[in-house]
Amino acid sequence: MRVAGKGLYDQSRRIGFSFDGKPMSGIEGDTLASALLASGVRLMGRSFKYHRPRGVLTAGSEEPNALVTIGQGAQAEPNVRATVQELFAGLNAQSQNRWPSLRADLLSVNDLAAPFFSAGFYYKTFMWPRAFWERVYEPIIRRAAGLGALSGRHNEDHYEKAFAFCDVLVIGGGPSGLMAALTAARSGADVILADEDQRFGGRLLAETEEVDGQPGAEWAASMVRELEGMDNVRLMPRTTVTGAYDQGTYGALERVGLHRPREAHLPLECFWRIVARRAILCAGALERPIAFPNNDRPGIMMAGAVRAYLNRWGVAPGQRVAVFGNNDDAHRTARDLAAAGVTVAAVIDSRAEPGVSGDFPTYSGAQVVATRGRQGLTGLTVRHSGGTVDIGADCLAMSGGWNPSLHLTCHMNGRPDWSESLHTFVPRAGAIPGLVAAGACNGTFSTSACLSEAIAATKAAVSELGFKPAAIKAPRADGAAYRIEPLWAVEGKGRKWIDFQNDVHVKDVLLAAQENFRSVEHMKRYTTQGMATDQGKSSNVVALAVLADATGRGIPQTGTTTFRPPYSPVSIAAMGAGAQGKGFAPERFTTSDQASRDRAAPMIEAGLWYRPSYFPRPGEATWREACDREVTMVREAVGVCDVSTLGKIDIQGPGAAQLLDFVYTNTFSTLPVGKVRYGLMLREDGHVMDDGTTARLGEQHFVMTTTTAAAGLVMRHLDFVLQVLRPDLDVRIISVTEQWAQFGVAGPQAREVINSLIDAPVDHATMPYMACAPVQVGGVGGRLFRISFSGEHAYELAVPARYGESLYRLLVAQAEALGGGPYGMEALNVLRIEKGHITHAEIHGRTTAFDIGFDRMVSRKKDCVGQTSAARPGLIGPEREQLVGLRSVTPADKLTAGAHLFAGGEAAVRANDQGYVTSVCWSPTLGSNIGLAFLRNGRARHGERVRLVDHLRRIETVCEVCDPVFVDPEGGRLRG
Amino acid sequence: MANLIATPPFGDTLPVTVGATTITERPIERAASVAPFAGRAKAVSAALKQAIGLGLTGPGEWAAKGEASVIWFGRDTWLVIGAEVPESLQADAAVTDQSDAWACLRIDGPQAEAALARLVPLDLRAAAFGTGRTARSLIGHMSASITRAGGQGYDLMVMRSMARTLAHEVAEALQSVAARGA
Repeated sequence: MRVAGKGLYDQSRRIGFSFDGKPMSGIEGDTLASALLASGVRLMGRSFKYHRPRGVLTAGSEEPNALVTIGQGAQAEPNVRATVQELFAGLNAQSQNRWPSLRADLLSVNDLAAPFFSAGFYYKTFMWPRAFWERVYEPIIRRAAGLGALSGRHNEDHYEKAFAFCDVLVIGGGPSGLMAALTAARSGADVILADEDQRFGGRLLAETEEVDGQPGAEWAASMVRELEGMDNVRLMPRTTVTGAYDQGTYGALERVGLHRPREAHLPLECFWRIVARRAILCAGALERPIAFPNNDRPGIMMAGAVRAYLNRWGVAPGQRVAVFGNNDDAHRTARDLAAAGVTVAAVIDSRAEPGVSGDFPTYSGAQVVATRGRQGLTGLTVRHSGGTVDIGADCLAMSGGWNPSLHLTCHMNGRPDWSESLHTFVPRAGAIPGLVAAGACNGTFSTSACLSEAIAATKAAVSELGFKPAAIKAPRADGAAYRIEPLWAVEGKGRKWIDFQNDVHVKDVLLAAQENFRSVEHMKRYTTQGMATDQGKSSNVVALAVLADATGRGIPQTGTTTFRPPYSPVSIAAMGAGAQGKGFAPERFTTSDQASRDRAAPMIEAGLWYRPSYFPRPGEATWREACDREVTMVREAVGVCDVSTLGKIDIQGPGAAQLLDFVYTNTFSTLPVGKVRYGLMLREDGHVMDDGTTARLGEQHFVMTTTTAAAGLVMRHLDFVLQVLRPDLDVRIISVTEQWAQFGVAGPQAREVINSLIDAPVDHATMPYMACAPVQVGGVGGRLFRISFSGEHAYELAVPARYGESLYRLLVAQAEALGGGPYGMEALNVLRIEKGHITHAEIHGRTTAFDIGFDRMVSRKKDCVGQTSAARPGLIGPEREQLVGLRSVTPADKLTAGAHLFAGGEAAVRANDQGYVTSVCWSPTLGSNIGLAFLRNGRARHGERVRLVDHLRRIETVCEVCDPVFVDPEGGRLRG
Repeated sequence: MANLIATPPFGDTLPVTVGATTITERPIERAASVAPFAGRAKAVSAALKQAIGLGLTGPGEWAAKGEASVIWFGRDTWLVIGAEVPESLQADAAVTDQSDAWACLRIDGPQAEAALARLVPLDLRAAAFGTGRTARSLIGHMSASITRAGGQGYDLMVMRSMARTLAHEVAEALQSVAARGA
């Protein structure tokens, strides 16, 4: 319930929300946890394994228990910590891992069977029969145990990624962080101050102490005001620095829209990559629980959290509160509660001589040995020097001491040091280059010392960066020493919980030790301690203290498990921001894109490009009808096709011809100006990399074409050759793929179409096969190439890309006037298969020049990349699978790409495999199904029959092996 | 005889205005890459300076004079925009027409830098990337040229075929920034 007059927020500003469908209200500034506590809700969730009723344990991002689902349908967000979720009007929260309801969870029978569910239970129990694990046991176990569920629907929410740079990154905005940020900012450094909370101040918001003569929260607010007024400071509230990486890079997750209703364009979260020259870690410390019997009942929480709810949100988590601790902080809780008028039932101090007292019953040398209340605490039993006593209480605040939040210092494999005086781990200096820890995360617990340390650390950091440190003095603040006597676990009947989120208790750790899982890393994995989403923030030190005790070693010898990024959970959606749907990759559009779409051509993706599949005409029911028509159109009249997606590389310089001789298997230095030559390129391992034509535009000037798929690869390869293999060659290369829109015009009428558009017509004498020349198209300078991929009399005409759409529309119109028209990728593919031309279906990375029948193109008169490797034993010879044509013996029988080839009588099993099919089509020209394939010793087997077997599609076809060039093998049509 | 009509690269995706920040097309009428041959950079720079008043800039730098600008464009390569590269340069450098190869937009206004911080992994703060600076880097997944145009403005260039993706991604980043209401 709310305590009138307490807290930092205006209690009259009410906000409505719902929890499990029940309307409730809180105030502006509330978290879901504080609003639920204020509404008297203590039961907030069910535990992971045993479905035990659980309430909120903490008031921060380390919360293990109070996990809820926010929102509904596709927008539902599971496993949200109620202590982090800020309240907003209309917030809809649901409890998790319960059925049918939070109060009456049928799966809580798991808790009754708990004696059987000890550590290693699953490994020991569900071993047989083996096949049952995946199909039977695992689904049942996953259903019974777990946290919230994903909606299973596509995530339509908007997320963001961003980059930031600064001189000094201050991680954490408590007293140390604010002091560090101000010191750095006044020294002139560019500062980013990030804190996971919505409001800066850290523990000052949760305590009643004063800084500089003002209440701590007011001092923090005045610091924020000064920082806000400085141009060199960026304040990042709601931003958790989640990881420390190389080169001063830090990952950070910002909650942008999670604390307000959904809005268009507003991202839910932003994942930041912050590059900082120096970082000051001021992450504070986390309070740890004590493992006493049944220490997990709703109403039992951390003493520091009780103070936070009381002092920050004005909420008393109970009406009769007991306090149990081993340090002075516990008494602070009791004092704050008493001052606020809340009944303090007892203070139970495990120390024999606490040395502090207040106006409430205090038991020294005492421990809580039992608790009562199934769905919420009703009372507890205390054992003290004079015996035992039962105490009625609906809230128990516990404190086992504080653990510095040193996680980030361990992200680059650093290990922390054990402090014998603080009974906890402290960071080791220098674990992250450029990062220093200051304040509570460094084991410095008094506010006064924190402020001084932050100033000193920051001054040193900015000096290293060349700034003159500003003169700044630490304000007056509380300097009380941290007094603690270790207490990890209490003897008594009942489970003593250590890891609340993964339901691990003391006995599990003891069992691990007993079964020889004595290494802390083994214990962790055997018991699952620390493996939940809170990564054991509350449980780690307690667990290894218990393990140390059980194995008779000290804590430093036992060591700690490794902290890894992220510090707190990061949604995958945030890391993948911008890559949903089409954001996955850029879209590349050709200049003819709109013209193709205007003709209702279905567009297919070719790498990042979109290309027309075919151009449907009225009356055509299938793609095949359109494709057959387009093939016939090219063979009998003329077709137009956009080939701009092929890579084009401009190559210039005194060494240009030598470069080409070096990267191509065949010779280009002999190519006359104004001519084009087909070239084959090998990788260094002797396999084919790519093929294409290269035209010689001038003595030292070439333009190379690559396949669409390998355009980037070839560019990179040429750059590699020039920088690494042949730095002696004076050559400059640059991509001109995008400069030129280039169109293939193929068919008997091709020259008519070309001549109708270029300013000076060409004929066979001026433009023979494999010639190239500059041309004018309506006064625009273009390039004309007489090359063919279809086997027909064909040209490619290139103009600057801005004129591409215009030229394409003109070419198509001219072609249509001559009985032709546009053709798409399907027809292009059929045309080249009929002609036996290869694509990356054939040069797929495992084939050699010999395999594809181009061995004679590997010139022995010069060296080239891959030449030596290509001659290695095993890469040449009859044992190789060689390119052949296939034709079904019965023309209508299907061929399928990916099918394998077998000799007539042999069984279709792997050992008898003789090759495979790479490309197939229906050839309207031949009236038959045809294909290209690789067949063992295939070139010597033309005329033989082989059996094609497609095991996946269950197809068997008898094929005749033939030459891969089905149409016009003499090339008469090409040259005509 | 054919009459060819020029089509600009961005289609109807630009301009975009969000608050006081604008995204507009920067039409490139003429551009050429200049890559001096071995040992010829000084000569090329001098010849260029004489012809258009601008020499070759240092790595990561660009310069402008009137309509003309010279932008460092990668290893040993510059892009000359808005001026004719003299023919005589071709003896000492590979000069390649790039007039149609790139699509260029300008984002200018108070939220330009914040929007680009969503897409570009570079330190764009004025101290690190002030007037006169240019870089080859990434915009989202696209290889790009990024230039501080002056003040709060940046010129972004990607391959022409990706113009629509560029316009879309920059507009989306800007809208995201604006939606925060900061």
